[in-house]
Amino acid sequence: MPMEEQPHFRVPLSLLLFLSLFLLPTSFSSTHDLQILNAERRIDLTSHIIKVYLTLKVENLGTSPASEVHLAFSPAEAEHLAIVKAAATSGKRKKKTYIPLDVKSAELPDGPNGTKFFTVTLLTSLNKGETATLEVLYILTHSLEPFPVEITQSESQLVYFRDSAILLSPYHVKEQTTFIKTPSTRVESFTVVDPAKRAGTELKYGPYEDQPPYSYSPVLVHFENNNPFAVVEELEREIEISHWGNVQVTERYRLVHAGARHKGAFSRVEYQTRPDATGVSSFKHLLAKLPPKVHSVYYRDEIGNVSTSNLRTDYRKSELEFQPRYPLFGGWKSTFVIGYGLPLQDFLFESPDGRRYLNFTFGCPLTQTVVDKLILKVVLPEGSKDPTAVIPFQVDQHLEIKYSYLDVIGRTVVVLEKSNVVPEHNVPFQVYYTFNPIFMLAEPLMLSIAIFLFFVASVSYLHADLSIRK
Amino acid sequence: MAASDAPNGDVLIRNAFGSVLAFLILLLIGVLAFSIRLFSVIKYESVIHEFDPYFNYRVTQFLTKNGIYDFWNWFDDRTWYPLGRVIGGTVYPGLTLTAGTLYWFLHSLNIPLSVETVCVFTAPIFSAFASWATFLLTKEVKGVGAGLTAAALLAMVPSYISRSVAGSYDNEAVAIFALIFTFYLYIKTLNTGSLFYATLNSLSYFYMVCSWGGYTFIINLIPMHVLLCIVTGRYSSRLYIAYAPLVVLGTLLAALVPVVGFNAVMTSEHFASFLVFIIIHVVALVYYIKGILSPKMFKVALALVVSIGLAVCCAMVAVIIALVASSPTKGWSGRSLSLLDPTYASKYIPIIASVSEHQPPTWPSYFMDINVLAFLIPAGIIACFSPLSDASLFAVLYIVLSVYFSGVMVRLMLVLAPAACILSGIALSQAFDVFTRSIKFQLPSLSDHSHIDARDASSENIVPDDTIKTDKSEDTPKERMTKRSKKKEKEPVEKPPTKFQIKKRLSVLPFEASIIAVILLVLLVAFYVVHCVWAAAEAYSAPSIVLTSHSNDGLHVFDDFREAYAWLSHNTDVDDKVASWWDYGYQTTAMANRTVIVDNNTWNNTHIATVGTAMSSPEKAAWEIFHSLDVKYVLVVFGGLVGYPSDDINKFLWMVRIGGGVFPHIKEPDYLRDGQYRIDSMATPTMLNCLMYKLSYYRFVETDGKAFDRVRRTEIGKKYFKLTHFEEVFTTHHWMVRIYKLKPPKNRIRGKNKKSKSKTSSTTTSKRKGTRRNPF
Repeated sequence: MPMEEQPHFRVPLSLLLFLSLFLLPTSFSSTHDLQILNAERRIDLTSHIIKVYLTLKVENLGTSPASEVHLAFSPAEAEHLAIVKAAATSGKRKKKTYIPLDVKSAELPDGPNGTKFFTVTLLTSLNKGETATLEVLYILTHSLEPFPVEITQSESQLVYFRDSAILLSPYHVKEQTTFIKTPSTRVESFTVVDPAKRAGTELKYGPYEDQPPYSYSPVLVHFENNNPFAVVEELEREIEISHWGNVQVTERYRLVHAGARHKGAFSRVEYQTRPDATGVSSFKHLLAKLPPKVHSVYYRDEIGNVSTSNLRTDYRKSELEFQPRYPLFGGWKSTFVIGYGLPLQDFLFESPDGRRYLNFTFGCPLTQTVVDKLILKVVLPEGSKDPTAVIPFQVDQHLEIKYSYLDVIGRTVVVLEKSNVVPEHNVPFQVYYTFNPIFMLAEPLMLSIAIFLFFVASVSYLHADLSIRK
Repeated sequence: MAASDAPNGDVLIRNAFGSVLAFLILLLIGVLAFSIRLFSVIKYESVIHEFDPYFNYRVTQFLTKNGIYDFWNWFDDRTWYPLGRVIGGTVYPGLTLTAGTLYWFLHSLNIPLSVETVCVFTAPIFSAFASWATFLLTKEVKGVGAGLTAAALLAMVPSYISRSVAGSYDNEAVAIFALIFTFYLYIKTLNTGSLFYATLNSLSYFYMVCSWGGYTFIINLIPMHVLLCIVTGRYSSRLYIAYAPLVVLGTLLAALVPVVGFNAVMTSEHFASFLVFIIIHVVALVYYIKGILSPKMFKVALALVVSIGLAVCCAMVAVIIALVASSPTKGWSGRSLSLLDPTYASKYIPIIASVSEHQPPTWPSYFMDINVLAFLIPAGIIACFSPLSDASLFAVLYIVLSVYFSGVMVRLMLVLAPAACILSGIALSQAFDVFTRSIKFQLPSLSDHSHIDARDASSENIVPDDTIKTDKSEDTPKERMTKRSKKKEKEPVEKPPTKFQIKKRLSVLPFEASIIAVILLVLLVAFYVVHCVWAAAEAYSAPSIVLTSHSNDGLHVFDDFREAYAWLSHNTDVDDKVASWWDYGYQTTAMANRTVIVDNNTWNNTHIATVGTAMSSPEKAAWEIFHSLDVKYVLVVFGGLVGYPSDDINKFLWMVRIGGGVFPHIKEPDYLRDGQYRIDSMATPTMLNCLMYKLSYYRFVETDGKAFDRVRRTEIGKKYFKLTHFEEVFTTHHWMVRIYKLKPPKNRIRGKNKKSKSKTSSTTTSKRKGTRRNPF
């Protein structure tokens, strides 16, 4: 029912949104009882994954207690938003503790057109005059636009970053500052919104005082960023559970360099003889962080092994350092497969109610990469029933059937799909299922029966005289 | 053979034990044949090797993806651009269908092996089959012991290993099995006179025709054997049953294979079989008439038949000669002609001569490929003559012919290998037989042993000595007991050995000499085994697409080919055309999935000559040729940086020759200085300005400052030059593959007349003129 009601709802809502632009800021007093005393934003542009740390000090001005704080994002940001995390801080300085808070996507009736909201639920509601400090981290992907769009081998990569000097917020902001950290001191240009200044690799916008809700002041920063823009267009991770003691993981990557496209010739002699002057934005090393006790690691693509890889293991983690077949310049693509086995007891547990569950890490093991589309398949053993997946964030789920070695009824596959995955999504998730260990014996039994029947057939053939004439 | 009741049970048990032992040995031989070919997977990886296997692999992929009907109708537009190639009608489908069937079978059991895995392991599986087929064939010729020895020898003969290591997914891998099995069924039919085996023989021949062009060897060898049998007065109804159905059914079936089609009755390779078919009928008729007529009447009839027959034959021969003579190649294909006349290819068809495996072998290659078997063959031939049977006559004929063919073309060493194994197996088995019997007769402890069944006693004695020999001496009783239903069929083959055994018992060698001889023979076989394992591990396991070298600081891997192909496949447009010398055509289509101009199926000489001409032309003319072919990328293989000898510069003279064969303005002497091929400062200006030189050495001087070519061991002649019509787009890590892109035409057009010329230069002839005008 709520799904059906939505279309009816939307017409007046968008009307209201439209009206709200004119009626600000008095109309919906309930959300505007809060104000932000101090907002500090630190935008980290050192890699192609943009991390924004936002510290908000919120005060309740109204009479009724407030338990929710809204965060606003412009449509461009919302499109590239990978994750939003919030935490409440308590204590000072060294004894500071962070308590994670619940963040939900929300719709507010009074935002300007296209603004997307997230609601942070506070631990304790704020009474009149009380303040609370929130730490918010959000991550943007694909938000650095290369300019020039195409570069030659000897050029370095320049990108645009677009944002607002003033925090977009549904609340009145008393004081705010924005810091933008660039990877190098080379900044071609940046929009000046007084007061704004640049020192080394840092741009400072602000402090700005007393900004009304939904204030926006676009800025454009044009700077050098030669970090690898490694984007996995599609990653398919297949986790196959065998109750004989192994978890087999197969990861199929489709990697692309999403930075400024390579233009003109590629000269190997320049690339080899002057490594720091040519192809600075290209990359050839990738690092995958794998679980400890990993074994039988392979790295190949559709035409065979790729011999350039190096595995380091210790008891806490394994690191697979590898190179694609060729260095990746802007726009160049590559596909490869990484596979490894893991001991079952590290990942499969039994819950108190007798069900089993797999505890595994979501996300992509490659460091500093964005995954546009992640398909995670958990292949349960043949005969498993009632699979349920528990994941801390929203993903698309469905079930499939896969036939593997000598399967008769097929294995249940739990398929989880998520787009725009960043390393912060590497959190554990669980898949619960029921499994009867008797199914483990099905295939050995089948094989033994087949061999037995074969021998019986041979024996009976040898003892039967099939000739027509005696 | 008339054993009394008391030892009968004993013999029965020993026979059962013997056949179980023989079965186990065969199983182990199969395992040996399979596992000795896995060095390539262990040392390198599970990957398809070399050039042709990549094409077969690609066809198999297509087959498993699209099914058999699409496969027959497959027109491949990704090769021989813009001509394309009808794959279904020009490929021997046996290997592909075999691997496809294997793949479907595995997948019907839900065993998810990839097509690549199935293809990689097809060859080792079929070598196990081939060694079993060798056992069967040799058993028909000389009994179980010789069979087991021959099977063990074939399982590890280096010549066959070179073509059937895991990953070497080529026609020969299954064809050798089919060849031996066809011969086995032929001999089996000859020995039994069973029409059942004759039919199987035709089917096996059909499989061979499906698998390999070498089937013409069968269809010429068997008629020759039949003719030889007739001439030596060995005609029998069994011979007729073995031969006539094979020709009729076999030819009909062979014509079903699209690539053969009417060639099965039209080309000269098959004429021998039809001629002998006529002769055997005449002979059969003569024998029949001889049977029903009195000797006197027969002489009259013979005179009549011979005179009429001769007239008819002369007429037919005249017609055939007229037909054959009317075709330019006398009805023979180029490769067959070069077999009959070893100098033919080098005189007329440089494209056949340019392939290294079509060259005549050198003496060391015999030692490398068949090792000690080369010395055992004569002994085997002698063993075949004592006593001579139809089957052993066949073995002798087989070895003689295959020695000749292997002498013409190194690739046909592969046909020699089974024959060498069979004869060496016979020789070894017979030698062991003689020596161990001599030892047994002189052992004092055994001399008072019951002499009722001397041959059984000898087998007991031999068991610890050499297990392979065990069954040799008891084949006769074993056959009797275990195959009682087939007893009747066995009769013809058993008679000669039985007589032979009795005769041989009398010839006894001195005790010490026998012991030493046995030890020496074992040593000889041990050397063979060591050599085979070495050959399998070191010489024949390299996949050639990935190269390794050992140096002081460890193992170096040169994976440049796949680096280049992967780059092409991911970073160029899917419909881009890539030009390279034909060697790399199959790999480019299979690994990079890009359209190529020419590939290893060298069916169109002119097209290859066009690419050769482009490579040997100066830059501008080459650009025009490539542009007219819609080429976007040019790929050259260059080994000068790391010392990889089989690169394009070393193959370049063949490009010149093949190009010059069709387009006469390319002249080989222009590229040679005083008859010498060189690329240093003494090289001719034509050489230093041709496209191949420029693409290979572009900016090479910047690597070390001197431009020292490590393959030619010299500094190159022209070090600093610019490319005006081509642009380097990719060079692999070790520079082994360099890919250039043709610059777009707008950079080229400057003047008016050039513009108009380039528009009209779509045909090759006008291009030729343009090239000749160009003073380089």
